[in-house]
Amino acid sequence: MKKFTAFSSRMVPLPVDNIDTDQIIPARFLKTISKEGLGDQVFNDWRYDAEGKPKPKFILNQPRAKGAQVLLAGDNFGCGSSREHAPWALLQYGFRAVISTSFADIFRQNALKNALLPVVVSREVHAELFDLASKEPEAKVTVDLAAQRLILPDGRAIEFSVDSFARHCLLEGVDELGYILSQEAAIAAYEARREQTIDTRG
Amino acid sequence: MKPRTIIEKIWDAHVVAEQAGAPALVFIDLHLVHEVTSPQAFDGLRRRGLKVRRPDLTLATADHNVPTHDRSLPILDQVSARQVAQLETNCAEFGVPCYSLGSERQGIVHVIGPELGLTQPGMTVVCGDSHTATHGAFGALAFGIGTSEVENVLATQCLLQRKPKTYQVQVNGTLRPGVAAKDIILALIAKIGTGGGTGSVFEYCGAAIRTLSMEERMTVCNMSIEGGARAGLVAPDDVTYQYMCGRPFAPKGAAWDAAVARWKQLPTDNGATYDKQVTLDAGALEPMITFGTSLGMGMPVAAAVPDPATVADPIERESLRKALRYMDLEAGKPLLGHAIDAVFIGSCTNGRITDLRAAASVLKGRKVSPKVRVLVVPGSVQVRKQAESEGLDEIFRAAGAEWREAGCSMCIAMNGDQLRPGEYSVSTSNRNFEGRQGPGGRTFLASPLTAAASAVAGAVTDARTLL
Repeated sequence: MKKFTAFSSRMVPLPVDNIDTDQIIPARFLKTISKEGLGDQVFNDWRYDAEGKPKPKFILNQPRAKGAQVLLAGDNFGCGSSREHAPWALLQYGFRAVISTSFADIFRQNALKNALLPVVVSREVHAELFDLASKEPEAKVTVDLAAQRLILPDGRAIEFSVDSFARHCLLEGVDELGYILSQEAAIAAYEARREQTIDTRG
Repeated sequence: MKPRTIIEKIWDAHVVAEQAGAPALVFIDLHLVHEVTSPQAFDGLRRRGLKVRRPDLTLATADHNVPTHDRSLPILDQVSARQVAQLETNCAEFGVPCYSLGSERQGIVHVIGPELGLTQPGMTVVCGDSHTATHGAFGALAFGIGTSEVENVLATQCLLQRKPKTYQVQVNGTLRPGVAAKDIILALIAKIGTGGGTGSVFEYCGAAIRTLSMEERMTVCNMSIEGGARAGLVAPDDVTYQYMCGRPFAPKGAAWDAAVARWKQLPTDNGATYDKQVTLDAGALEPMITFGTSLGMGMPVAAAVPDPATVADPIERESLRKALRYMDLEAGKPLLGHAIDAVFIGSCTNGRITDLRAAASVLKGRKVSPKVRVLVVPGSVQVRKQAESEGLDEIFRAAGAEWREAGCSMCIAMNGDQLRPGEYSVSTSNRNFEGRQGPGGRTFLASPLTAAASAVAGAVTDARTLL
């Protein structure tokens, strides 16, 4: 993984609560055995009509979305399934952060493992950001993970919080598995004292 | 010692290591694997030159993406066929037991774990599927994980986790006739919202939960994620032990007695406290149905669809409007009598034998409406066999329903079992999201009783009028 560095971007507003992972990437695109090629299908059924033509009203089909790296979404973003295809698809489209008032647990963990940053803000800031995105579509925000700050066009800094370990992994560009593997002695010791339960092979 | 909840007891018993600045390293007792969320994880192992650390604690099956019609034929969809074949190849290469198509033990991953006796009280259970909480019915801490975590568990049998908050769901009283376990969980989610349990694990307690069978408890725990909780569980009791005793992977003889003695230590201590709490009165519950495209949009079956104009929050209001537009429903009107095109009875929520018996009790001696396509999809090969030995398949066929092979089927609509655009279903599955049962499809979620009654009427129906 690359190190997660600060960046500035326009916001793509999607003012819908409870956007579930079936909207982010419909299940019929999960037949793949690869992680790649999902960016074109992100929000597929909101983005394209039955013939596969882009729906002009949907925000991702509008010029303002081109090159944008920040998605601004309603409450409880990413609810539903555990499919990691959801953050893969958002990242492959080009998003690097999603701002909301809350995220579903599994989505948040999946996103952090793939360097898609979930940014939780208060209801007041959330409303203000939607207002800004509506009035000034070109307005850019800066996402600074190291400082855990979202910087608004007027220079104000909004603090946000990210799990300290996940933040460390993102800033260093490392994944969790290396850390877990380094705990080999502890895992072996646990296995040695653990009560045997099942053997799925038997 | 400080009194602890069952959630804390299981957590404490599985912490392998805890270092400052990092989440706890937690050991996993059972890892269930299926074809959709595992291929990229096995690829990751190959890239790093790693093995599966504990194949003896790992089990795979093919369920999400398998056809439910004639099993003697090959899978027609080449992409699906390749994914199932990849699962078989990966499991063979890494030594993981796999009950794929053709196995007597194949089925939905959350149906076969319990029916084989693999799911046991006090365990940590994970699977790359959000409905893993189903296994919580046995007093296990069971939760869904993403593919990166699948890879972590395959490689190390461990996960990095922050300790979850505890959330007591107290369900008092007794369900009235015609009201099902499904209605408890739909009512809970309608009350607390789809994000209500975020960051928490539910413990379902109270008289109403104690009187539920194991399969009913599985229905309740299954949908914990729809209330935002990654896991939900029920403390084990004699109902649990009776269900488990004699199952293929359950302990035998002296080991069984020792296991039960250990499991009896699990229930929450007197005086233990929870981070959050909610109470439901089972005696006041009606059969429930969802009207919208989010699980919080549920109501008693005879109620009227709510009016977005009464919602104060602007995004919430617009979300409800969007849902009603998608569902093509009018605010203020009841759903009862709303015509439907399909009924789906099955899934990890309601695809077990008692669910099929409940549906059959309504369909026996009746015909489904000629306007409605009815799919009855058993949760596993074993459920299918049991149903056939009881003659349930004959009841379904005689009523005009389709009797299918085991799989996830129209719950996730990956395998070709799906609604056409604009069609309405009453479904016993767990998600009413836009397009979940096929692009443009519209889903009303309900219990097997409500689904079967609606199949007969060809419209949304209160099953109590047929019982």
